[in-house]
Amino acid sequence: MSTMVKPCKCATETKEELYYKISEIIEDYRGKEGSLIPILHIAQGIYGYLTPELLQFIAEKLDMPFSKVYGVATFYSYFTITPRGEYTIRVCLGTSCYLQGGKKVLAQLKKQLGIEIGQTTPDGKYTLEVVRCIGECGIAPNISINNTSFTQVDPDKIGEILESLS
Amino acid sequence: MTKGMRIRNLQELENVRKQYDEKQKKYQYRVAVCSGTGCISSKCEDVRDALLEAIDKNGLAEKVFVSCTGCIGLCSLGPLMAVYPEGVLYTELTPELIPEIVKSHLVNGEIKTENTYFDVKKKEHVPHINDIDFFKDQVRISLRNCGYIDCTSLEEYIARDGYQAFARALLEMKPAEVVREVKSSGLRGRGGAGFPTGVKWESTLNTPGKEKYIICNADEGIPGSYMDKALLEGDPHTIIEGMLIGAYAVGATSGYAYIRAEYPLAVERLDIAINQARKAGLLGVNILGSRFDFDIEIRTGAGAFICGEETAMLQSIEGLRGEPRQKPPLPTESGLFGKPTVINNVETLASIPPILLNGPAWYSAFGTEDTKGTKIFSLSGNMVNNGLIEVPMGVTLRKILEEISGGMKDNKTFKAAQTGGPSGGCITSEFLDTPLDFSSMQKIGTIMGSGDFVVMDEDTCMIDMVKYFMEFVQEESCGRCTSCRIGTKRMLEIIERITLGEGKEGDVELLEELGYTIQETSACGLGQTAPNSVLSTIRYFRDEYNEHIRNKHCRGGICTDLAQVSRAGKTEGQPCKVLQLTTRR
Repeated sequence: MSTMVKPCKCATETKEELYYKISEIIEDYRGKEGSLIPILHIAQGIYGYLTPELLQFIAEKLDMPFSKVYGVATFYSYFTITPRGEYTIRVCLGTSCYLQGGKKVLAQLKKQLGIEIGQTTPDGKYTLEVVRCIGECGIAPNISINNTSFTQVDPDKIGEILESLS
Repeated sequence: MTKGMRIRNLQELENVRKQYDEKQKKYQYRVAVCSGTGCISSKCEDVRDALLEAIDKNGLAEKVFVSCTGCIGLCSLGPLMAVYPEGVLYTELTPELIPEIVKSHLVNGEIKTENTYFDVKKKEHVPHINDIDFFKDQVRISLRNCGYIDCTSLEEYIARDGYQAFARALLEMKPAEVVREVKSSGLRGRGGAGFPTGVKWESTLNTPGKEKYIICNADEGIPGSYMDKALLEGDPHTIIEGMLIGAYAVGATSGYAYIRAEYPLAVERLDIAINQARKAGLLGVNILGSRFDFDIEIRTGAGAFICGEETAMLQSIEGLRGEPRQKPPLPTESGLFGKPTVINNVETLASIPPILLNGPAWYSAFGTEDTKGTKIFSLSGNMVNNGLIEVPMGVTLRKILEEISGGMKDNKTFKAAQTGGPSGGCITSEFLDTPLDFSSMQKIGTIMGSGDFVVMDEDTCMIDMVKYFMEFVQEESCGRCTSCRIGTKRMLEIIERITLGEGKEGDVELLEELGYTIQETSACGLGQTAPNSVLSTIRYFRDEYNEHIRNKHCRGGICTDLAQVSRAGKTEGQPCKVLQLTTRR
């Protein structure tokens, strides 16, 4: 775990320096209506997750109340205000996946990773989530790992999929 | 098309087509390799690489054209490859099989039958697509290019009459005439509500306003639906063309395509297509030399099912929480940023270009009196062949299940089919002969929805499925209406109790009462339809509820907690878990 901890730069970097990248993006979107959600998508892409400080920064730059930005960030399930692992594993529990063994896949992943839905493994490698249909219903059950789909997943072969990632 | 070339008028569009056709003449074969998300996960890219290598090795580069297509349809047998002009379908391919197939079919002209489609019922290989039960009765209008053209090529689209309908509309018709054609085609929105598209367009056209918007609703959230994804991945230019025609018809200058974040490949392919169209001058200013300006921006959803509801989608595009708005005013009067807005589903937009090209009478000759045209259905669950089909409206569910798909998997018995997702209902075997259209589905207590068709066999526990649907709607409720936010939670709690063996007499009646209340007092479609799965299963599977509640018995053997309660109560003479819990409370 100790290897994962990066030296904190908060003391040496100003907010402007830390959020330099996103402030450039915000400038690109300036004057465009309804740009909050695309900006949040990009911010999460850059920083991994949306801290209250980052949301505060975005709110100030967009001249919006923090409450509104926070309200939007917490409404949508793709946005996260806590750190995610290197790999976000989303187990599809759409109708077809639920019917054809999605629950078993989920149970196996919980067991193998030792975490519950919404949690991240202590080594910061995997985050487990549930997704409502990724549209591969004809070849269920499915999981998606960092936007790559794995179809007709056999619960007993989860280990192989996890190994193939690294 | 030469790089950087712009299409400025109808003649230039025609020239692109002619030049492309000329270039294609030298090829003796076209090999379509399915490159939809499903086939990609089945490693179709390795198959494609092996194919290109084998073509190269055999010196066939000037003879065989390889097209990376969108979904061919038979997802459960991927990776797939179709060889034209014969139309031979090879299934379940691996890179190792490719050299032999290439040698046999593309070099020697002999179909390699053992790798073609295998019909499990007839116990024989059926090589030609047009002979395969899954394909032979399909009428592919929206899906006309999907699985055939290279999904990242603008020229391929143009060569198949692409942008012809738009050019005709823009240069030869008045907006009101376009609206009239769509109206008389009888096309109804394919997203689920079935509202007449022409009427929606007419209303937007007649609302005065300098700025108007057209939105493509690609937030295909209903579990079990994947036709919009296939269209966006396999034929993105048809969506752009549909939007262009719609924009011209209603007077919109900007468009948005709202695609769910769960479909990254669809976003990528549409983005490529939009950039191609911009470069060719089909999006932007003075399109085809006219005074018509239009462009499209992609907006990605962020994992909220409710944003498929049109007013919630407007909120989301405006950068707000996806909470539905009160209607009226309708979006056609006051929609995005308060401006008149027309919102159409992906499949609806894909139907527009062929309607304009072939005429409304041609389109309305398909289908039933109630619902004209064709519909894409996405098949999944316990059937033999799962995948995407497009059939004329009026076809029966039995035909889809028994003839097109090939029946139930592993010779199991059909128990129910879910249509319309969590907002829909269950269909039992007695209704399998109902001809499919919007009205007939409502009559049997469900909805057609977006065309999802999830088949369940005898081993399915309906109460467990209902628990799943209630979990879904409960989680996806935006929380604005009390009845939906709290009511669905209470319903879920009761159902969970029933599956744990803690059901009580009166629970079913309580579920019904709650269900009707939520239906009547919720503002948007999600709330109004949230209890549907419960109400429809109570209607058709009341016995199963009673068995769970009274006998602590689950037919499907799914509710395992129930069995423990039953054993504890009966065989060991211990006080039943239910009683213990009740006493504790």
